Order: sequence, then structure tokens, then C-alpha cells
Amino acid sequence: MSSPLLTTEDLSIGYVNDQAEPVAVISSINLTLGRGETLGLVGESGCGKSTLLLALMAYQKAGLQRLGGRLEFLGEDMVAMSARDLQKLRGGQMALIPQNAGQALTPTMRIESQIFEALRLHSNLGMAAWRSRSIELLERVQLARPGEMLKRYPHELSGGQQQRVAIAMALAGEPDLLLLDEPTTGLDVTTQVHVLDLLRDIVAETQTAMIYVSHDIGVISAVCEKIAIMYAGELVELGEKQQLINQPAHPYTQGLLDSIPKLHQSRLPVGMEGRQPQPGLRDFSSQCVFLDRCGHAQPICEQSKPGLLKLPGQAVKCHFGEQTLALKDLATGSQVAKPEGFSKVVLQVSDLCVSYDRPSLKRRIMGDKADLTVQDIAFEIRQGEILGLVGESGSGKSTLLKTVAGLQQPLSGSMVLNEKFDLSYAVGKRAPECQQRIQLVFQNPDASLNPSHTIEEILARPIALYFGGSESAISEEIDQMLERVNLPVAYRHRYPGQLSGGEKQRIAIARALVAKPDLILCDEITSALDVSVQASIMKLLLRLRDESQLAILFVSHDLAVVNALADQVVVLQQGRIRESGRVYDVFSSPEHEYTQSLLASVL
Amino acid sequence: MLQLIARRFVFALVTLWAVSVVVFTAVELLPGDACQAFLGQMAQGQRLDNCRSRYQLDQPAQVRYLKWAKGLLAGDLGQSIKRDKPLKEIIGPRFRNTVILGLSAALLGIPMAILLGAIAALYRDQRVDIWISGIAIFCMTVPEFITGTLLISFFAVWLGWLPGIVIMRADAPLLEVLSNIVLPVITLTLVMVAHIMRMVRTSMINVLASEFVLMGNLKGLPRWQLVLRHALPNALLPAINLIALNIAWLMGGVLVVEVVFNYPGIGRLSVNAISDRDFALVQAIALLMASIYIGLNLIADLISLLLNPRLRNQQGAG
Repeated sequence: MSSPLLTTEDLSIGYVNDQAEPVAVISSINLTLGRGETLGLVGESGCGKSTLLLALMAYQKAGLQRLGGRLEFLGEDMVAMSARDLQKLRGGQMALIPQNAGQALTPTMRIESQIFEALRLHSNLGMAAWRSRSIELLERVQLARPGEMLKRYPHELSGGQQQRVAIAMALAGEPDLLLLDEPTTGLDVTTQVHVLDLLRDIVAETQTAMIYVSHDIGVISAVCEKIAIMYAGELVELGEKQQLINQPAHPYTQGLLDSIPKLHQSRLPVGMEGRQPQPGLRDFSSQCVFLDRCGHAQPICEQSKPGLLKLPGQAVKCHFGEQTLALKDLATGSQVAKPEGFSKVVLQVSDLCVSYDRPSLKRRIMGDKADLTVQDIAFEIRQGEILGLVGESGSGKSTLLKTVAGLQQPLSGSMVLNEKFDLSYAVGKRAPECQQRIQLVFQNPDASLNPSHTIEEILARPIALYFGGSESAISEEIDQMLERVNLPVAYRHRYPGQLSGGEKQRIAIARALVAKPDLILCDEITSALDVSVQASIMKLLLRLRDESQLAILFVSHDLAVVNALADQVVVLQQGRIRESGRVYDVFSSPEHEYTQSLLASVL
Repeated sequence: MLQLIARRFVFALVTLWAVSVVVFTAVELLPGDACQAFLGQMAQGQRLDNCRSRYQLDQPAQVRYLKWAKGLLAGDLGQSIKRDKPLKEIIGPRFRNTVILGLSAALLGIPMAILLGAIAALYRDQRVDIWISGIAIFCMTVPEFITGTLLISFFAVWLGWLPGIVIMRADAPLLEVLSNIVLPVITLTLVMVAHIMRMVRTSMINVLASEFVLMGNLKGLPRWQLVLRHALPNALLPAINLIALNIAWLMGGVLVVEVVFNYPGIGRLSVNAISDRDFALVQAIALLMASIYIGLNLIADLISLLLNPRLRNQQGAG
């Protein structure tokens, strides 16, 4: 066996305050990676996975520093390396593929100068050979018309093309190790599949080792052989891919796997209670880091920190690693009873066309048609029904949602609420009752909740606006609503900034609910959340739907979420409905080519 | 791209025309006319009428505006009644002096400001940055007539190295002008550098925190290449328009500085023109200043078009 490519020993990264002990953001990381091996690092946001990835290149962002531990690449101590040697290594033998290639490419430089730069720094090629080598690299990442691409600026490429350029740039130094930081997170599912295929090819052909960071275990298992699970800055489990997914030994891994909605089973995923501890708030040096959220916790978990327990093909940081493996109580979420359809139609949309185009004078004279963003849309939502609207970016799903909300004027067609209200007016011109009966929940609660208002003020506003009432009545209603969305009543005096992402989204939902709507429009409301939180929001939505017979229009790019949640589904592509029907029917036997390719792209 | 530039040019021309109308009307609205101002106490009866008909002030305003505008297009600024000379002769050499002063300050100040701003950002919150930023804030807050006076008392009165006041004719040869402008240029530069440097620093700090700079680091780029090729061009984009505004502001600062140092430029001339109630001269100077403002902004727009590939290929839309 040859010497390992990369090893870390008790690597800890953190920050030092003036007064207190140093605070570890990631602690005691032990990793070994051999040549050609592929390792996936999985964890939820804030678990320190990106910090770890940068630390493996001996790089810390401002404010962070190495608190201890060793880091070796090909037997050489990277901590002791000079800046010059590190520069040779970075982008050369070890190269990073960034999360957001659109922002990681310098906007003022052409693609060619950025690739040439990598070649100048990390290859022995003379200047004359740069161009042909760059074209080779771009062909390697399957970018069409590479000669033309070289002349472009980053913003002139699509997201998928930018990511391919970033990969090509990383390959310029013929690296032994590729480090990937969620390289497909911003991409559409079908593009993601292509990029992942490409990465697999590269690894297979060149025997490049790879460390792939992602929150998405599906993506990881598509490209990696080994998986490491991170939680609150620690590696809690490590193992071969199949074994870890089939037999997770750490309670966190089990919870994480259970919270992922799956396409082939229409059950609601199980969320995890509580939230990940933030670095510095509590000292976990003599406790299990998962203590608070663990269903199997025993006194010993509080008294001593578990070491890495080695099981065959797997290692786990849990006192009861072996038992939990046996214990695993195949937590199954409740099977969702999908209602058969209630009589009353809440929203009826027919022949809807929307255009952002203001037709120019010439076109109006010539009688040309405007460019339609969405066209010939027809669907209906009944009381107590959830309609999933799926499609990739640019498919027109947000436009459709905006039009129903009255934020965008339709060009033609009709939208009718409760069989009597005409919705073809902008929201300001609709009847007050109409406004009240349709409520909107946005994707990002950070942006949709006013940070300078308390939760109380945020919830009181719509009540006062639509119904009025005495202060005490409003106050009582707020209490009830907080309880309905599973938040402590004491939260009413807090500001949004003091809440976690999932809690903020609950407030956003509560704000919609206090208006007593018939229809709630949800725009990707779980996309910004971690999977375990997403699962609990989904559960909440279903409960609220059952309690109030709400109709919900649920826009999402995530087919698995829609599968678990929705009754009906509408598949949009390029502004047209490609397929629609009951979720089970559409997803189990898709008829349209596009639906098939979408479903095939789900990992 | 060409369409975009053409559009900017048209905008500039329209603005210039609007300014000429405003300037003309503003002077029209002032009580009295040039002849009354010129004749003063004797402005009455036949004498006033004679003067008015001689300078064609008895014609309606629109006609006079058209005449004036036609003259401007042909490069003729008009005639000063008070000074009894073509305005071109009065303004010409003084304008040259002001341009020399402003240009020297800009050529010295802008590169220095960019350099200092970049350094301050690179060593953010360290001693170098604290000193640079501290001095900059001091320079920004002290008005230039105080800076100028302090400089005079230090270099001229106390050390005796440089002349305290400029004593020269407006049409002095270039070499003599240059030897006289050291202190005025320093005064102007101090404030300007401070403003631009703060802007460059902020913008550079943002850019240094961006993902493409992180990427450059992890690509193994040596630090100075990273700063010069990747960070600085992007940091300068938002600073360009501010720099243009600063140069335009310089024209205002020039006014104060010229008075403090007794420098024969357009600033001092405008102060004199106003106190003399030389309407034609005021009008001409106002228009000149406005053209400089508009011209600089146009240049700044064009430079940011040139440096920012994202703006460049918008097809003149929006």
C-alpha cells in the first residue's frame, strides 16, 4: 500500500476571543485519503464542512485559525510549508472547484486569461501552447465551441457552463486531489446530472482523488465511494457508501437519512427536533455533541465524549454505535392520506398567458405576438388540496405564482377564486376579500420578515388589516397561531434575527395563516432550509391543510418534496404545461419526455 | 456598445442645452440688466437706452438667447460690457491656469488615492490602515481655506521654502505657472485624495471578501498578482464615478484655493465677475463649469463601460 495522499490528525480550526478559551468551529478531524479515493463530506449548514474543505488546503478565512492538529499532503507537513510552496500546491496538485462558479470567476477577466493564468502557474507549458491546452481542457469538460468560450467573460456563460469552466481551470494543474464545495447546488437538476457524470468520468480516467462537500447525500452517493457525516464541527460517522446509507450507526446519520424525502415512497419524511449547536455557545469537549437531539441518549453521553468507534467498514462517534445499528427503529413517517378531491374549487386558471414583453410599436403595427413567458396554462385547485408546480429555473413557475398573486398582469386568460372573484386585476385593484383569501409565503424568510419588527408586530399587522378587533383579541389570536405552528408563545417578543431558519419560515407561514386564507401560495419555501428542518415544515403544512381545509399552490424544483407533499402536480417547461395530474400517476408513469428526464435526474 | 455610447453623448448634449437655457434664464431673472449694472448710478434716461441698443439688450429674450447660443456654437462667448473685451480673451488664459492647477492635482492625487486606498484595504485594521484612514478623515473635515492657510504659514512663513501667494500675470508662460502652483496643488490634493481613498478602501475591502479573490488564493496566485489583476480592477469600478465627481468638485475647490493663494484662474475670475455684476462673464463661466461637469461625467461613464464587461454588452437597452 502506498502512502496516503492526504492525512489530518486531530485538526481543529476556530477563532480566539480576547478573553475566553479558543472556540473550535471544527474539532479533532481525523481523515485519511488514498490516491484515487473519493470521499463525500455531508452535513447541514453551519456544520463546518466548508471550513474543513478550505482547511485541507491550509487556508483559513479571516478571523479563523488553526488551533491544533496536523495536516499532511503526500507525507509533507502543510502547516509548516512556506507561502511559496503552498501557492505551488494550491491549484496545482490540489485544486478547488467552488460552489458558485459564477462568483468565483473574476468578472473583469476573459475565460482565457483565467485559464492561461492557471497554466502559467501550474504547468510547464510555454505560452504558445496555452491556447491549445485550454481548448483541450474545455473539451474535456464537454463545453461546446471551446474556442469561442475562451473569448467570453464569465457573465456571458450559463450557470452550467461557468461550473464547467471552473472544473477545467481546476484540471489545468493536473491535480492529484480535487476538492469540491457543493459544485452543483446552484444548478438545475438536469444540468447537475451532467456535471456529476463528468466528475465521475474524470475521477475514473485520471485516478484523481476527490473530496466532495455537500448537504445532499443523494449527490454525494452518486459520485463518492466513502461518506463522512459532519455535525457541529465534528466527524460523527465515516463509512463505505452503501453500508453507511443502509446501516447508519450514528443517531444523527439515521435522522438525516430519515428526513430526506424520497421519490419512490410517498411518505412524509421524519424531521429532527432541535437544532445544531452553534460553535462557542457550549463546551462539548466532554460530552457527546449530538446529546440534545438524540433519542437514545444515556447518562454516559453527558459524562464523556465518545471516541471514534471502529466497526467493520464504518466508524462512528457514538457510545452506542453497535447498539444503535441494531436498534435502528426504521422510523417511518406517517403515510399521507391524500384526499380524493373536495367539491369546491378554490382556484380555477384557464388559458392563462403572461408576457414580460412590452410590445414595441413596430410589432404592434405588424401584428406580431409578444414573447410569452408562460402560455396556455390551465389547472384548478380544490379545497384541501396541495398542487405542486415543478420545473427548472426559467420554466415560468415563479411567473405563474406572481400572476396568481396579482404581482404580474396576465396577457390573456382567466383566473377565478372561489368560483366568483375575477383575479385578472393587479393585487392593489382586487377586492379586499380577494386579497385576504390569497396569501403568499416566500422562499427566503430572512428577506420576507422585517428584521426590525417583533414577531408580535409581524403577526398583528395582517389581523388588524383584514379583521380589526381589540388589542387583546389580536393578542390572543397571535398566541393561538404561534401554538399552531409549534412555536413557544414567548417568541412573540423576539425579532426575526433571533430565530433559526426553520423558525422564521414558521413565522412566515403563521403570517399567511392569520389572514384566514383559502389559498396559500408557497414559493420554494423549503429550498433554503436544511433537510431535517424541511421535513418538519412539510409536516406542519400538511397538518395545517387538514385542519383548515386550505388549498396550497406549492412551487418547487424538488420533485421528491412535491411527491411527499402534493396531491396534484403540474410540470412546467419553457412556460408550458408538459404534464399534469395526480402526483402518484404522473411520477409513477410519466408520459412526457421532459417529466421522464426530470424524474431520471433525481438522485 | 456603440449605440450605448451614442446614447450617452446625446444625453450629455441635451443636458448641456438645458443648462444653457437655465443659465440664461437665471441671469435674465436677476433684477436689472447688464447696462444698469455697468452704468450704476448713471443708469437712467438716454444713456441707458443708448447702452441697451448698443449691446442689443432691447431685443426680446428669446432673440438674445438664440444669438447667444449661435455665438457659443461658433466658439464666441460674447462680449463683456464691463471689461469692454471679448470674453474669450478674459477667460482664455485664466481657464488655462485653472486647468493646469486642476490637472496637476488630479494627476498627482488620483493614483496616490488609489494606491493608498488599496494599501489601507489590504492591511485593514492594522497600523498602516489606521494611520492612512485617520489622516484621511482629518483632511476631509478641514476645509481647504484652512489647509491652505496652514500650508502657507508652514512652508512660506515659517520655513520660507515656497512663495506664500502667487504673484503672476494671468497669461504668464507655462513654466512660471508650474513653479507657482506647488502649494495650491497640495491643498487641493489633500482633500481629494482623502475622499477617493476612502471610497477605494471600502470597495477594495468588499472585493477582497469576494469569492473570486478566495478562488484566486486557492488557485495559488501570488498575492500581488491577485491584487493587481483580479481585485483592483473590480474595486475601481464603483470608484470611477466618484472620482469623476471629485474632479468636478475640484472645480469648486479651485475657487476657494485660488482666492486663498491669489491664483489667476477661473475661480477667482468668477468671484470678481459676480462682485462686478459682469453678467455676460458670469454666464460664460457658469456654462463653462457646467460643461466640465458634464464632460467629466461622460468620460467616467465611458471608462466604466470600458472596464466593466457586464455593462459593455448590454445592447443599449434600459
